[in-house]
Amino acid sequence: MSTLAIEHLTIGLPEGADRPFAVEDVSMTIDKGQILCVVGESGSGKSMTANALMGLLPPGVTVKAGRAMFESRDVIRLPDAEKMALRGAQIAMIFQEPMTALNPLMRIGDQIAEVFAAHDRFTQAERRKKALDLIREVQLPDPEKIIRAYPFQLSGGQRQRAMIAMALALEPKLLIADEPTTALDVTTQAQILKLILDLRARRGMAVMFITHDFGVVAEIADEVIVMRTGKVVERGPARAVLQDPQHEYTKRLLEAIPTGKLPPARALSETPALQIKGLRKIYRTGGGMFRAPREVRAVDDVSLSVARGEVLGLVGESGSGKSTLGRTAVRLVTPDAGQVLVGGVDLAALSDEDLRRQRHKVQMVFQDPYASLNPRQRIIGAITDGPIARGIPRREAESRARELLEIVGLGADAASRFPHEFSGGQRQRIGIARALAMDPELIIADEAVSALDVSIQAQVLDLLRDLREKMGLSILFITHDLRVAAQLCDRIAVMQKGRLVEIGTVHEIFLNPTEDYTRQLLAAVPGADWDNQKVLA
Amino acid sequence: MSFWTRFRSNTGAMIGVVLLIAVIAVALFAPLIFEHSPWQMVQRPFLAPFAVDGLPLGTDTLGRDVASQLAYGARVSLLVGLVSTLVALLIGVPLGALAGFYGGYVDEGAMRFTEFFQTIPNFALAIVLVAIFEPSLASITLAIAIVSWPPVARLVRAEVMSVRKREFVDAATLAGLSKPRILIRQVLPNTVSPIIVMASLMVATAILLESSLSFLGLGDPNAMSWGYMIGAARTVIRSSWWLSFFPGIAIIITVLALNLIGEGLNDALNPHLSRKGRA
Amino acid sequence: MSVFAIIAARLAKAALTLLCIAVLNFCLLHAAPGDPAVVLAGEAGAADEQMIEQLRERFGLDQPFGVQLWKYVSGVAQLDLGYSFRQGAPVIELIADRLPATLLLTGAAFVISLVCGIALGVAAAARVGKPQDSLLTTFALLFYATPLYWAALMAVLVFSVWLGWLPGFGYETVGAGYTGMARIIDIAQHLVLPALTLGLFFMAVYMRMTRASMLEVSTADFVKTARAKGLSDAVIRRRHILRNAILPVVTLAGLQAGQLIGGAVLTETVFAWPGIGRLMFESLAARDYNTILGVFLVSAAMVIAFNIVTDIVYRLVDPRIGARA
Repeated sequence: MSTLAIEHLTIGLPEGADRPFAVEDVSMTIDKGQILCVVGESGSGKSMTANALMGLLPPGVTVKAGRAMFESRDVIRLPDAEKMALRGAQIAMIFQEPMTALNPLMRIGDQIAEVFAAHDRFTQAERRKKALDLIREVQLPDPEKIIRAYPFQLSGGQRQRAMIAMALALEPKLLIADEPTTALDVTTQAQILKLILDLRARRGMAVMFITHDFGVVAEIADEVIVMRTGKVVERGPARAVLQDPQHEYTKRLLEAIPTGKLPPARALSETPALQIKGLRKIYRTGGGMFRAPREVRAVDDVSLSVARGEVLGLVGESGSGKSTLGRTAVRLVTPDAGQVLVGGVDLAALSDEDLRRQRHKVQMVFQDPYASLNPRQRIIGAITDGPIARGIPRREAESRARELLEIVGLGADAASRFPHEFSGGQRQRIGIARALAMDPELIIADEAVSALDVSIQAQVLDLLRDLREKMGLSILFITHDLRVAAQLCDRIAVMQKGRLVEIGTVHEIFLNPTEDYTRQLLAAVPGADWDNQKVLA
Repeated sequence: MSFWTRFRSNTGAMIGVVLLIAVIAVALFAPLIFEHSPWQMVQRPFLAPFAVDGLPLGTDTLGRDVASQLAYGARVSLLVGLVSTLVALLIGVPLGALAGFYGGYVDEGAMRFTEFFQTIPNFALAIVLVAIFEPSLASITLAIAIVSWPPVARLVRAEVMSVRKREFVDAATLAGLSKPRILIRQVLPNTVSPIIVMASLMVATAILLESSLSFLGLGDPNAMSWGYMIGAARTVIRSSWWLSFFPGIAIIITVLALNLIGEGLNDALNPHLSRKGRA
Repeated sequence: MSVFAIIAARLAKAALTLLCIAVLNFCLLHAAPGDPAVVLAGEAGAADEQMIEQLRERFGLDQPFGVQLWKYVSGVAQLDLGYSFRQGAPVIELIADRLPATLLLTGAAFVISLVCGIALGVAAAARVGKPQDSLLTTFALLFYATPLYWAALMAVLVFSVWLGWLPGFGYETVGAGYTGMARIIDIAQHLVLPALTLGLFFMAVYMRMTRASMLEVSTADFVKTARAKGLSDAVIRRRHILRNAILPVVTLAGLQAGQLIGGAVLTETVFAWPGIGRLMFESLAARDYNTILGVFLVSAAMVIAFNIVTDIVYRLVDPRIGARA
């Protein structure tokens, strides 16, 4: 018998939303000990389904039809008191953002013990002991210390472990995990996924795992359901869906996922577009009258070069210094030592005034499509500000801007509109047009596709590839995602804790990595095995 | 939904607008409505409201028309409220913008300065300033501005700091725009909404401050104001309570109207409520 | 940083701030129209030629500006706030005499406004959108728009003059000669109206703030976590929402301390409450600048002391601060 059976679930959105139903006629079952992955892009209704089960739907959003049978009861129509008793005890949930999902003012131990208190189990002393056991079970270091720690003293991965400990406290029969690894680094993600697999094996609970990432699906799913705008488009065993997708949308999603398929190597020019020599940047924080400042070596003696027409991928986890390196290369950050040579000019050594005149040489495409355009400025202004400041006549700059908007696939009429009229992917295209308008020698793309849904991500990557061919662009492509880097880059540089660990062609890095850290990173990529099979096939 | 649709659907804000328009109209047309100046003795003192035709609110301790005094008092309140807020913005916005944008020593210096002014009890400082420089509309307005700008500076600084971190500011830097130009053209326009909201609430606070100063006898001796009326009638409250009562109601209506408008602006300019209900 | 180091740093800063205020006071005295000596002596013929001559000597008014400033500031540092010729006593003595009444009044008003404000804010937030919430917010909006001194006058009129329930004047019944408990009750009765009218405005402020903060925090992710644990709404509100929501209210309360003292000037004036606010009002009419500036300095010192206390309370409530700073 299945642990959970959702039958014909329909969830209505409040009036004025972009569509009438968040979820429409969705059915699914999860068996004991099974992991069901619900996959979809943002707005697919995957999280709403989970929230409906927990009785955590936002105000105005209501279940219109269908039922969810759990232990032969319909959890959606239970009286509130019974729902409350069910939550945390029988059905537990973990969330996407470990940084905000824990109460900042409560000790971790208290937050775990609170689950027992809510369901009136055990004495104070037993609760503490149980909490310690749970902390051990999710493999958090130094349980005695963790139990007394506040959330801000834990890393993101540790917080997610603490969340899992809380969810497991009363041995729930069903665990709902809503994108629990999306906010984490790949190596941490791999650890958390392994933990969930272990716990499933040990406790035999059913898991509903919500994700947008088919790589994660390949790692842990038994069954898969693919959702799009509130409807199920495909379902089946994980292996079948991954290897032989039936629905067009699933195929598109799978194709869009940067797989390990490596592009053929290209011949690179000898002339460097960018040379970085012995670059250092140290951040000092804290320091005051009574204590020494804390030093973080964000960039520690890094040298590398990007050839003309080359795409160099700069890969690393958060805190590796990859973004600082990128920002130093455009001199948004001034380095403590080292050179940034572009076309024979050392950007790192220029005075403010000279720098302003040389700015156009290196341009940047930013991560957040919603923050990278001034909401109060028309697109044409955003693109022409730079060229006009360089002394290009307004008329000429504007006609070039329209031309560029055509090139990035938006059409010249986009020029007179405001940013809020565009989607995330379109905004990234505008950002690319803005960078191109300066005729740069090099473009730095800082996590330029990370905030986008996979299918949009693929389109933007296509555009970049296209521009690389047509315009001979040199790009420093900064990303945390090795799969994305593999698709676009000629060479890849791996950074860890401010140092350059390894640099080589995509083929060298993926097939014959020389450094342990690179191997770790590759192994942690979700769906790595599955990718390799595809490469071999 | 556009700003105006949201603002107009807010009942409180619309009540505020109607009330404020009424107060402004009374202030503007006071000389047309009332033939007597507020200083002129028209009847015997201490006339109760409606006791004599043409004097709906009675007369004060010196036999002056209370209704006329109220109307002229609206002028002082609105004028002082508006001008002192503008002056406070003139001090607070540039200071906060420079501190937030340039950071470092500029920020350190500007914020110490602001903190100092924020530590000083502001009403006490206003009293001291007006007392020392002799009460006049100018000294009152200036004193209120001097005690009101620190919150503006802090708000603008916080807003500028948060906008400065957004990527479009980096993009403008990379476009080779100068720092002052980025601050004025890119950053400041994005801080306008919260400043407008704060300004509308500041006018209300300034009106309360002005009336409090006048109540203590620190009003401009040549300008009729609501606070002065209440202060002058304080000693006769047992016998002629209406002399204190009506000016108070006038203050409450005006301040309430401005607060309602401020809240309406806040809701309309920061529509995070409308973001609910996404799939 | 240890708590002691923090307190030491705050005290050093406080001393610096007070020094700056003393300098400001000095500049204001000199900015006042007229001869500083005459200004210091007070108006209305309180000072004769000889006395003004003495003043000139004492403050070195014939000496360079820097020397004068030094004399003034070092005087303040030794708690010499000058002499009130109107009242015929050193300013510091006048203030010390009046300070307890002000501390009692502002303290009572602060506690009333904070406790009631937070309680009402929590109540309103729990019933958001319902009639009770609308009623509470409307009242808060009204109190927020009401001039303190007017509310005080109306309270005197209604509760003292018309109903005769409570005394509307003074600190205690003059000439009654109460002692012990009877005196305490008598003072408490006199305290009710001033403390309530002074607290009303701030109660409205804290209530609005608490309500907004509660609503804001209740959308936080960790509240969803708490719900997913199966906690009851009451527990979630108390343990998770309120504790987080109260932090900005504490911050605001600290910043409002100065306004509370400003409000005391008005309340004490209306109720003839013998505190430093009333002293300031009396000195205004007499143009007794020494006393005005003395009260000003002392009220600033009170605000600074209060801020240090709220700062420490804040550190106790929020574990993140001590660790980060």
